[in-house]
Amino acid sequence: MRLSLALLALAAVLTPATALAHAFLDHAVPAVGSTVPAPAELRVFFTEALEPAFSAVTVATEAGQPVQTGAAKVDPGNPNELVLPLPKLAAGTYKASWHVVSVDTHRTEGHFEFTVQP
Amino acid sequence: MGLSHRAVPAAAVFAALPFLSPHQVLAHGFAGDRFFPATILTDDPFVADEMSLPTLTYGPPGSDGSRQLDLDVDIAKRLTPNLGIQLGGTWSRLKSPGLPGVTGLNGMSAELDYQLFTDAPHEATAMIGLAADFGHTGRVQALGASDFTTVSPLVDFGKGFGDLPDSVPYLKPIAVTGNFSLDFPTKDQSAGTPNPHNFNYGFAFEYSLEYLQHHVKDVGLTAPFDRMVPLVEVSFSTALDRGQGGQTVATIQPGVIWSGQYVQVGAEAIIPGTRLAGHGYGGVVQFHMYLDDIFPATLGRPLFGD
Repeated sequence: MRLSLALLALAAVLTPATALAHAFLDHAVPAVGSTVPAPAELRVFFTEALEPAFSAVTVATEAGQPVQTGAAKVDPGNPNELVLPLPKLAAGTYKASWHVVSVDTHRTEGHFEFTVQP
Repeated sequence: MGLSHRAVPAAAVFAALPFLSPHQVLAHGFAGDRFFPATILTDDPFVADEMSLPTLTYGPPGSDGSRQLDLDVDIAKRLTPNLGIQLGGTWSRLKSPGLPGVTGLNGMSAELDYQLFTDAPHEATAMIGLAADFGHTGRVQALGASDFTTVSPLVDFGKGFGDLPDSVPYLKPIAVTGNFSLDFPTKDQSAGTPNPHNFNYGFAFEYSLEYLQHHVKDVGLTAPFDRMVPLVEVSFSTALDRGQGGQTVATIQPGVIWSGQYVQVGAEAIIPGTRLAGHGYGGVVQFHMYLDDIFPATLGRPLFGD
């Protein structure tokens, strides 16, 4: 009986109010490693809701030169999605770098490339 | 286990944590783009808030035909962001031909670990630690549990190959983790059998489908395959002295680990690599919980310094 009460108390303490986790990349548009016509924006979808103040994505050329873009924002209609407006991109390979903080404060980061076709 | 002295301050810290301002918490198995799953046979190269409950191991037949089923429970807890402890225990059932099965505790262990570094651009990480397998914490005569304590300093490492040239994109999902340790037994012999110093080393060779899909090329993998890591783990333990120098116990475990948001599940075959490791085949399955994701405001944070 005493053990049962102790286990119940432990379960009550440990049960999370909301289960959240590290945000992994789910998919992106343009897709990771894809070759596409020049996109107007980059959309990156994650497995968890993001903390807008600590989440961003940037794009650089294959040589590492940063691309001047609009500001990355979390989509108001989808807290799991980052949107980055892009200028007219020339043909070539681009590297997207993202770092995000999920709403439970776990931080993750990552990179991927996409290629703009001539 | 010496935790009672810590109970009151730990409770106070747990109670205060939900009210602290949010921090950026980088926890289990990440080094830059790389996520290292918790491996089953070999030690993980990172401190974390995780629990394996249970790990069920059905070992290959022994030389006398006996089979052993082990149920392991392991919990890892960060004391600070870079300092962690692990506690483990094993319950076993041993069945020898013609004899009734024997069950009971088969030893307890503890480990203190320190994260030396994590290099995000090179997906590299390393950890040092001190492990102890405690004597007389299992059934010595019935199950062969140790009647002596073994202390083992250790070094673990992990390296992902995402920094390879773009000309070899499909090699980038490869990662290797490994560990080296040296056993110092506290008794020279037990019941006339020598207890040598052992040099232990092991590796896990991984191919991360998660890395392939999300960092190299979207090849169309969907759940559950986009979170799988096929791997092969190998482990060696070589005796150094006391009349057993050079004798090596080797085990090879191919399998797959699926990592979800809160838990991971792993299954591996057990193949003896040397005669001393038995003959035939066995298997192991593990259910593993990421406490930092399940309880981000309480158990999943370091006790201090977060």
